[in-house]
Amino acid sequence: MVERSFRREVEKLRLRAGEEFAGEGILAITKALLQSGVAYVGGYQGSPISHLMDVLSDAQDILAELGVHFESSANEAAAAAMAAASVNYPLRGAVTFKSTVGTNVASDALANLASGGVTGGVVVIVGEDYGEGSSIMQERTHAFAMKSQMWLLDPRPNVPSIVAAVERAFELSEASNTPVFLQMRVRSCHVHGHFVAKDNRPPEMSLKEAMENPRRDLNRIVLPPASFLHEHEKVNQRWPAAVEFIKAHALNERFEGERDDLGIIVQGGLYNSLLRTMERLNLADAFGAAQIPIYVMNVAYPLIDDEVVSFCRGKRAVLLVEEGQPNYIEQAINSVLRNSDCATRLEGKGVFPMAGEYTSQVLRSGVVAFMQRHDPGYVAPDNPMRLVAKFVERIDGYVPPRPPGLCTGCPERPVFASLKLLQQELGEFHVSADIGCHLFSILPPFDIGNTTMGYGLGAAGASAFNTDSDRPAIAIMGDGGFWHNGLTSGIGNAVYNKSDGLTIVVDNNYSAATGGQDLLSSKTASTSRSTQHPIEKAAQGVGVKWTRTVRTYDIGEMRKALKEAVTKKGTGPKVLVAQSECMLNRQRREKPQVSAAIAGGERIVEERFGVDEDTCTGDHACIRLSGCPSLTVKPNPDPLKRQPISFVDNSCVGCGNCGEVAHEAVLCPSFYKAEIVFNPSRVDRLLWRLRQGFIGWLQGRADRRRLETA
Amino acid sequence: MLALGGQGGGVLTKWLVDTAEANGYLAQSTYIAGVAQRTGATVYCIEMFPADVAASIGKQPVFTPYPIPGDVDLVIAGEMAETGRAIEKGFVTPNVTTLIASSHRVYSVAEKSAMGDGILDQSIVAEVAASASKRFVCFDMQAAADEAGSVISSVLLGAIAATGALPFDRGAFEATIRGSGRAVEANLRGFALGFEGASRDTPLAAAPAEELPVATPEGVNGEALAARIAAELPKSVQAIALLGALRALDYQDASYADSYLDRVRDIASVDADAGGEHRAFALTAEVARQLALQMCYEDTIRVADLKTRGDRMRRVREQLAVHEDQPVRVVEYFHPRLEEVCDTLPAALGGFVSRSSGVQKLLAPFFRKGRTVATTSIGGFLLLYLLAKLQRFRRGTFRFGRQQAFIREWLDRIAAAAHEDYDYALSIAHCIEIVKGYGDTYARGLSRYRSMIDAVGREATSDRAQVVRRLHRAALADEQGRAFSDALLELEAAR
Repeated sequence: MVERSFRREVEKLRLRAGEEFAGEGILAITKALLQSGVAYVGGYQGSPISHLMDVLSDAQDILAELGVHFESSANEAAAAAMAAASVNYPLRGAVTFKSTVGTNVASDALANLASGGVTGGVVVIVGEDYGEGSSIMQERTHAFAMKSQMWLLDPRPNVPSIVAAVERAFELSEASNTPVFLQMRVRSCHVHGHFVAKDNRPPEMSLKEAMENPRRDLNRIVLPPASFLHEHEKVNQRWPAAVEFIKAHALNERFEGERDDLGIIVQGGLYNSLLRTMERLNLADAFGAAQIPIYVMNVAYPLIDDEVVSFCRGKRAVLLVEEGQPNYIEQAINSVLRNSDCATRLEGKGVFPMAGEYTSQVLRSGVVAFMQRHDPGYVAPDNPMRLVAKFVERIDGYVPPRPPGLCTGCPERPVFASLKLLQQELGEFHVSADIGCHLFSILPPFDIGNTTMGYGLGAAGASAFNTDSDRPAIAIMGDGGFWHNGLTSGIGNAVYNKSDGLTIVVDNNYSAATGGQDLLSSKTASTSRSTQHPIEKAAQGVGVKWTRTVRTYDIGEMRKALKEAVTKKGTGPKVLVAQSECMLNRQRREKPQVSAAIAGGERIVEERFGVDEDTCTGDHACIRLSGCPSLTVKPNPDPLKRQPISFVDNSCVGCGNCGEVAHEAVLCPSFYKAEIVFNPSRVDRLLWRLRQGFIGWLQGRADRRRLETA
Repeated sequence: MLALGGQGGGVLTKWLVDTAEANGYLAQSTYIAGVAQRTGATVYCIEMFPADVAASIGKQPVFTPYPIPGDVDLVIAGEMAETGRAIEKGFVTPNVTTLIASSHRVYSVAEKSAMGDGILDQSIVAEVAASASKRFVCFDMQAAADEAGSVISSVLLGAIAATGALPFDRGAFEATIRGSGRAVEANLRGFALGFEGASRDTPLAAAPAEELPVATPEGVNGEALAARIAAELPKSVQAIALLGALRALDYQDASYADSYLDRVRDIASVDADAGGEHRAFALTAEVARQLALQMCYEDTIRVADLKTRGDRMRRVREQLAVHEDQPVRVVEYFHPRLEEVCDTLPAALGGFVSRSSGVQKLLAPFFRKGRTVATTSIGGFLLLYLLAKLQRFRRGTFRFGRQQAFIREWLDRIAAAAHEDYDYALSIAHCIEIVKGYGDTYARGLSRYRSMIDAVGREATSDRAQVVRRLHRAALADEQGRAFSDALLELEAAR
């Protein structure tokens, strides 16, 4: 049950030659893959390419018609290793994951792949999660391309350019026997645009054909002496072939302008924002005609030395727009210019900031600074930010931050409420956190978690604390991380090294943070995959003696199990599976069913929680143990009290956490649960009337008495 | 556009792009969701360009995926804090930007989880928004969406249409909604409300100053109290004293309310002696407020009473928006501790149990787990109804005596302070607000109040009001009491 369904949109993948495609970047890439005749596609979900996996998953029928194999890989290394199919056979393949985190995981396979080289084209589509909205460390995929000598495409961020880049990437890969990265920036993944489609192409060789006619070439296997051969091949054959192809097909673009004493070199992905910035500075028009010549590096690696030199020669200065650091391109261009005795001055990180995203504002400052240095007075240095500065200043720091958090009714909330209560009872623990929705525990109101070392590495991140203590380290891992590598790197590792610590595996039936993709342990039966393999059994399988599966909303049980796990010694590592379905997915599944049932006259009981406004004291202890979006505050209706009161809005899904927390934390008597009966039966109605009659009678008596004494 | 999860930002973006493309414009949209896809805010960016201009030149415009400060024609914010964030990001420029914002709030965790009042003062956002933009359209679009039974995105679209900030007429937007084929009727209703709301264009009124509602007595006892208040108390405190007196009357009886007024009157005369008339009897007003809350403390009897009232049931049903004859089962969550039960026992018995660790140990298992009581079932209702009836015995309970002594001590302290240092007296009167609630909240508040009083008692005479206020703030800063103990240590060190 994925977060966003592309069932309707994937029909666009069937468009024929000449028809116009309109849609998001991600969908366009999928269409480009089919137009390129891929034989297999694999990957691991993660922003910003989660939707690419979801599109492919929803497009299984179309893929099957074309004979394309699609696989949701166990992790990025598995995805990259899939490309081994292209080493010996002319099979085109694509793999995708988020970068640089996914590329880190995949790099073992990628390095091996790049060493031996490929026969069929391999394109690695990386979603570069850099800048605003990013959830990971800020690094560059560029480094991976350089170290393994894979080529890196960074096309202009409009849909036709992206589609063309996919198609060219396969050709480049085959022409140079090298796997190629296609870098997609966050905004490019979600960009809406149009392109003219081509027909889809079935793969030239089918997977079956390849399997049944195995080919073997010892020189393509990474083992001495071939591995030494590969290094020479890379620089002597594959690199020159790539340069040749890039030049011949003009993958990089050059736009001339009247000011040929100056120039700008830009990574393709930044071209559009640079152009609009220049347009605002009267250096270009809305259609991209710029006064200053521009060299667009749609291929960010390798650098095409003679193209760069011929662009720079004769110019006084050239501005390099290179986002991220280290400034590999700047270093390379400087070295090329030096070697060719070209005196053109290169301005890069000198006018731009070394680190951080190149937003329109940053680009503007850089271009203005460049012009000031080399043609003072040519552009008006008037900064529009000056106009808004005083307003920005007045509001700066005033608006409360709104970090992402757990959704309404999230089953992970009670896990952290339990942990917080455990810490209130026993003192604080070192908590090794992991990647996933559960990482939101590090923020208020829970403030739980000391480090996170990478996906599935929560337990491994606690492995040094393998020493006798009354406060064993607690590790947290999601079901996604568990299957990604946590079972071996975390659980198996703890068993083997005789750890006595606790790992909580948050099992919500899906890879939830990336959009609700299925996993090995998902509860739903899937026709295309094998699911329903319990995490607890897997942990037992690698030798864990102490395992428990607890329903997350049962805070009493959860606390008991947690307490036992951190106090019991000598049983080896403990694995507590905190199990309940992701509420986002559950609601998506159940809500339409419930509405339909209610509309169809079926008797349905819906639960919701509430806070009594006259008993709430406005202390908000309940919120500090919850943070649920539906548990909020409102002004105190009691004129004597000043503090806002807690309040449950109608988005409540009745998960039960509030009641459990009120019980376990001995909060206040303000919480109530309301069970609303839709389409009541005759018995319901009768009982309701009887009870209401009696209760109403007593209430009437009490009201009259109150009035008498009022 | 800055939209929160669930506000339909993606849908609104698609509507805008579809409207543009259907009406002679080229359009590009993109967005940054990242981890914000959960409960954070998502920023959408849309650019449009007239297709005929592009066609006449024979080139495609270069659209940017980044909004450029100074060059944003229309900013849409689905919530008031996000409106502030749009300004903070530099998207809103005078003479350029039409700013369309919903005035409602979706509180952030930081605001909600404060131990007191942590809510942003949104009047400042509104004020800056009005001066920072070419035009500021702001009303409660969430309320309009609720009324229409739609998502806020449709109301926002209506407001966009009404401002004329985009070169498309009303019919063009409505056609897009119809063309989408989903929840068309509800969305058109929301659109219409948004269009009307933005057309009305009433400037956002400044937030009304906090004013006490005037309570009206319902019976002879209440009227007698009102008469007493009119005769005995200064004008500026009469409204709050009436609220307090009626609360005490409702809580216990007429004589309890009279004793409330006796205490307020005593403080009023202290206040007058200390020159309170020049300060609108601020001390008396604060005491009248806090005294009512301290005298009407929430014990199990009070909770049972409030939970079983007819008004309360009606309010619950109203909040759930259920229709008249729809059965609703209401289950209350209680977790009384032995302490709360002792509080309600006759003083001697309660005192004995609370002192005897043996008896406590014996009884402990009965209080380990929380309990649920269905107040819509006859048994559950009767249980609480009868418990509420214990009200007549309240004066004999263990807590009552302690509470009265606690109040006396507090009042004496205020009276003693008022003569020397009015501000100090006022700060003491105010700071008792941290003693409230049940269970841990009550225990924590009480212990911090006591430490506060102890600490300030050891202080030299100057600036004691400052000290109390600082400790008061610190006591509400965090639950663990880190800020509070730091503040105490600081005080110790300074001495």
